[in-house]
Amino acid sequence: MSTARTGTVGTRGSRSARFIDWIDERFPLTAMMKEHVTEYYAAKNFNFWYVFGVLALVVLVLQFVTGIFLTMNYKPSADGAFTSVEYIMREVDWGWLIRYMHSTGASMFFVVVYLHMFRALMYGSYKTPRELLWVVGMLIYLALMAEAFMGYLLPWGQMSYWGAQVIVSLFGAIPVVGSGLVEWIRGDYFISDITLNRFFALHVTAVPLALLLLVVVHILALHTTGSLNPDGIEIKEKKGADGIPLDGVAFHPYHTSKDLVAIIIFAIVFAAVVFFAPEMGGFFLEHANFEPANMLKTPEHIAPVWYFTPFYAILRAVPSKGWGAFLMFLAIVLLFFLPWLDRCKVKSIRYRGWQYKAALAMFTVSFIALGYLGLQPATEKLYVYAARFFAVLYFGFFLLMPLYTSRERTKPVPERVVYHGHE
Amino acid sequence: MDRQSVDHHSVIWHSVTWLLAIWLGISTPVLASEGGAGPLAFANNDVANIASLQRGVRNFVNYCQGCHSAKYVRYNQLARDLDMSEDQVIKNLMFAAAKPTETMEIAMRSADAQRWFGQAPPDLSLMARAKGADYIYNFLRTFYLDPSRPNGVNNLILPNASMPHVLWELQGLQKAEYKEVEHDGAQHEVFSKFEQVSPGSLSPEKYDEFVRDTVNFLAYIAEPMKLERQRIGILVIAFLLVFALFAYLLKLEIWKDVK
Repeated sequence: MSTARTGTVGTRGSRSARFIDWIDERFPLTAMMKEHVTEYYAAKNFNFWYVFGVLALVVLVLQFVTGIFLTMNYKPSADGAFTSVEYIMREVDWGWLIRYMHSTGASMFFVVVYLHMFRALMYGSYKTPRELLWVVGMLIYLALMAEAFMGYLLPWGQMSYWGAQVIVSLFGAIPVVGSGLVEWIRGDYFISDITLNRFFALHVTAVPLALLLLVVVHILALHTTGSLNPDGIEIKEKKGADGIPLDGVAFHPYHTSKDLVAIIIFAIVFAAVVFFAPEMGGFFLEHANFEPANMLKTPEHIAPVWYFTPFYAILRAVPSKGWGAFLMFLAIVLLFFLPWLDRCKVKSIRYRGWQYKAALAMFTVSFIALGYLGLQPATEKLYVYAARFFAVLYFGFFLLMPLYTSRERTKPVPERVVYHGHE
Repeated sequence: MDRQSVDHHSVIWHSVTWLLAIWLGISTPVLASEGGAGPLAFANNDVANIASLQRGVRNFVNYCQGCHSAKYVRYNQLARDLDMSEDQVIKNLMFAAAKPTETMEIAMRSADAQRWFGQAPPDLSLMARAKGADYIYNFLRTFYLDPSRPNGVNNLILPNASMPHVLWELQGLQKAEYKEVEHDGAQHEVFSKFEQVSPGSLSPEKYDEFVRDTVNFLAYIAEPMKLERQRIGILVIAFLLVFALFAYLLKLEIWKDVK
């Protein structure tokens, strides 16, 4: 392009730079790139736990793209849904790959989101001034649960059908309006073709739109407060003469080059599942879901997919359906209030007292244990007692938090982040 | 392979459960195994074994497809995957179809089947994924004489199965022997072994082979792309490993001045 070069003489930059100028006069492209990418400074001491936000974004895009291609061949009807999924698996070029990526993506979404949330619990990412960031993140989690739940009905297998039956009927536990509400959600007296159609509509349009919007708000909120770091130090408080945080490095190229490595390693794990264990031993694709939905035949054992089982275990631990549903709901709602329940001024677990460390360890164990118990048949008495025990721990983490976090003896927080660099 | 890993998981999970039980100071639970049949025998089938799949599809069209469809499976796909010409498929396998582009349907109407058997024989396209190859392998080997059943036989894996023992001429007929065991202070009758009553045309070893081939075919039709996905998977992961190396070198280069 020698003509382009000759055109640059005397003015700013090349022809492409002038094109960018033309855009900048009409849309703040360069300003946005600077604010969010090349001059967004995040701490240089990010560790392993700081990759899951980016990975969640990668999975979101993957679910959008694979979802669009699935929609091209899927038939949202009680008669055609199961067959159309098998049609995608067997007849559509690369259909099996797209479908396995979407089904694996659903589970991996929760894997990365749970690890992302755990990071926030460890390093106090929800604390002042990031309360809104946390609340928006929780809304994303709620939307994700709705998205996953409605998407799971679409293959119209036995577990799709009966899982939806169980979860939708939970709304019946709400006093007064319950049964009317259940009917309103299903659009019918049972899970039917009508329910499948509306779940499809919500799964492919309404909820993804809400998710996308919330993710944008989440990122904007993050870029307003700035990212925290494993030391829980506000890097904005120590700026150099150039106005750049001393402990910060630009998102691009520093964090992008680091995230790229994380994304590829994640892709290797993802590919290992998609290509070598797409059912993940029945955890990602349940065996019973390879049987078409049959409303006359209740499966012996109904279990939701693994990412809902901690809450399902809480539901089943309570003898009354109404209180079980309430506690299950509460188990999620309490997470929203974390920024106000935690009274400790120190953010990172590195410098917090033993109380929070012990509480977080117990919470983690109880969450995993509840997840396991939610997968087991409810008939075993031991499982019910164990679920009650761990549910008490789960709620104790939140409800006792104002008490134990205000008694913490914390360690002194350093002035600057701990970072050793590449010697 | 997936089934195996499930069994493996359950072993781990059960040990976790027992540890929990001890930790909580609750008396150890009785984890009764489902049914009286004990653990499932391993089918040991291999969907990469084309000869076995060819024998399997022969068995399927001769013994199963009278009642069971495989309605998501196309005949010409079989020709491609099982190393056969379309002509061979037309001559040997297409008893119930006119064109190789058709799927493996059956002529029996579902309403008739329901009247005759109590319930319509299920489509078998995905049975190996829904139940596992081991389950079907054990199911087909454990029919035993039971005069109380309409068909004269019962099944150890699926008690009161409505399916007759279609393969009786091959396996012969066997009866179930029970033994008394004490459990929780009470006597229980549990299955102990089968005893051959009349021989079939195949020896027990040959019969197991016959069932293994059939189950292998069912495993193949449940996920015809399995071998392809594994082959592509190796290429994809190999590429990603190389990519990861270069991405890591790029990261080191970019970060080298960060102190």
